[in-house]
Amino acid sequence: MLARMLAIIFTVFALAGCDVNAVPRLDEEVKASWSQVQNQYQRRADLIPNLVETVKGYAAHESETLEAVIAARAKATAMQLPDNLTQDPDAFRQFQENQAGLTSALARLMVVVEQYPNLKADQQFIALQSQLEGTENRIAVARKDYIATVQRYNTELRTFPGRFVAAVLYPDAKVRETFTASEAAQQVPAVKF
Amino acid sequence: MRRLLFTLLLVVAGAAQAAGLSFPPLTGRVVDQAGILSPAAKQTLTAELEAHERATSQQVVVATVTSLEERDIAEYGVELGRAWGIGQKDKNTGVILLVAPNERAVRIEIGYGLEGTLTDATSRLIIENVILPQFRTGNMEAGIVGGVGAILGVLRGDPDAVPSPRKSGDPGQLPPIVIALIIVFIMMRIGMRRSTGHRDYWHATTGRRGHGGLGGFIGGGFGGRSGGGGFSGGGGSFGGGGASGRW
Repeated sequence: MLARMLAIIFTVFALAGCDVNAVPRLDEEVKASWSQVQNQYQRRADLIPNLVETVKGYAAHESETLEAVIAARAKATAMQLPDNLTQDPDAFRQFQENQAGLTSALARLMVVVEQYPNLKADQQFIALQSQLEGTENRIAVARKDYIATVQRYNTELRTFPGRFVAAVLYPDAKVRETFTASEAAQQVPAVKF
Repeated sequence: MRRLLFTLLLVVAGAAQAAGLSFPPLTGRVVDQAGILSPAAKQTLTAELEAHERATSQQVVVATVTSLEERDIAEYGVELGRAWGIGQKDKNTGVILLVAPNERAVRIEIGYGLEGTLTDATSRLIIENVILPQFRTGNMEAGIVGGVGAILGVLRGDPDAVPSPRKSGDPGQLPPIVIALIIVFIMMRIGMRRSTGHRDYWHATTGRRGHGGLGGFIGGGFGGRSGGGGFSGGGGSFGGGGASGRW
């Protein structure tokens, strides 16, 4: 009975000529692109203390906006990320919300900064601002890449014969969470020059 | 069969993803779709960029496009870099100077492998201090040539490649009395030199001051090779590093 079932399964695989390594390969791609997303968010969080200090030097009484940035950063970095974050819908949504909160706090700061010509001329600030801008851009690219790899992975898991292969060979493989499009729209802060 | 289907799917997906964007073909190191460069400048730049790749294996290309197709220049730049595959495959050492004259936008797009050498902040300084001043006066070619010179200078590790705005701003900020004193001082020195016969020193000094900043820009442009033929991207990728500017 078991032998017969195995034979059937084997025949199905053979007939489909399917790529039995597709699931783990795509899984690795997803992990790699996810770590890129996390790296870039981390990089942004690392930039903020210096940025806040520099802005404070010129625009100390914008403390409300600055506090908002500090609080949003604290919230984003304080979150304990579970190992299976990309497979945990609630944690993933929380992560996304925290980062979006930081994004909009930073966007507000960049709007406020427009009123301080001396600050805008500060070499340190120009460097930090261009790094922040570059990082936001890298985040957008990393998110886009992540969305693309997750799409390939999830499609593999949900369609034939990948679905079949995964059920038999990779029972642990689970559909991954991905970023929602609506949030992508508010991703890039309006940093105008 | 499955593999073939998968590949087909990928091709279709790839085509769909890039559907909104049509890139100019990579015809050489200088792709002037917008037609803002003279043939001579194109040739000089190509030779300069070719010499740079021979020396460092880094690929730097210039692209001018007629339209960004409603995209942000940063997004367009990454997609263009990936589509062309600029830079060495495993090192991702490519740079694109992208100019969109119709959108009045410029960007330096940097491959993963060069993000540490040519940082966002440095790219921003090149754009603000070298490229945009020329673009604002309508001198597109000079802006591009200067920008390429500064980019190559930074990649070579030349510390003077990017003129800092502070340096050029300082003399103007000096009070007139100080400037007057300096002039008097210099005149006195000249007078002393003349009397002691050390005129060469003065000439040497002014010579160096006058041309120091430009040396890097023009150097390498006279390789004598027309080049350009058979250029193709090395398969490098981009991750959104660099800086953009508008004028």
